[in-house]
Amino acid sequence: MKYENVVKAKKANKFTLHIPSRTDNLEIIRDFVVGIARKFGFENEAISEIELAVDEACANVIKHAYRYDDRKHIDITVETNSRKMTITISDQGRGFDPLSLESAEERLQKHARGGLGIALIKRVMDEVSFNIDPGRRNEVRMVKYIS
Amino acid sequence: MSGFEVMRRDNQDVSVLFLKGYLDAHTYPHFETELQRLVDERRYKIVVDFRELHYISSAGLGVFMGFIETVRENAGDIKLCSMSQKVYKVFDLLGFPTIYEIVKDDAEAIGRFEAPMKSSQL
Repeated sequence: MKYENVVKAKKANKFTLHIPSRTDNLEIIRDFVVGIARKFGFENEAISEIELAVDEACANVIKHAYRYDDRKHIDITVETNSRKMTITISDQGRGFDPLSLESAEERLQKHARGGLGIALIKRVMDEVSFNIDPGRRNEVRMVKYIS
Repeated sequence: MSGFEVMRRDNQDVSVLFLKGYLDAHTYPHFETELQRLVDERRYKIVVDFRELHYISSAGLGVFMGFIETVRENAGDIKLCSMSQKVYKVFDLLGFPTIYEIVKDDAEAIGRFEAPMKSSQL
């Protein structure tokens, strides 16, 4: 593993992962966020929701933003404070218009096999926002509050 | 090496696929291949058993959507069983229980294929 792929703890409450855009790295990405969420004190259900949301966001980057170009990288930042975890996933690939996405219900009615990831993210995280600047920096930011 | 495995067991005209590990954007093609094999063999009565599947994402759920129409057009179905709460929740979040029959275990799922025939014989 190259140095840049190594998980770095910049300070106590901020962690970053810079990792090649490949589907076989999704397991590493999930383990990374699950480990932090568990240490932070989330219960199992919330940990599973965070795991799913981050997986979906990164799978979208690999498939849509970078179109399976494994020379590209995904940046994942996890920040925690006393009451919430904020996860930011960013790429420099093709952007998308989050407002143009069909709802999960529309996708299901069509028996469509994709396009469900963003719907899942919105359902399991407390806050989700997008900052899309194609080719420069696309960012999905999601927040989970600890109860 | 892979974090995902599929084991198949045929029970007369019903085929049961036992999933193990995690089903995500990396491993779903393996599952897709196994379902395609059943369709190629014209075995349309399919049960998917999740008892050893620990994780699923929308990429895994999408596989079912790719086959359900073909299977039902051929008088078959894909029935799901033995899900952990964690896996069931992902299906539930997207409304899948309205499209797919999800039951307790593989015996019950297989029985659901047999039940309509029995009632028609009465």
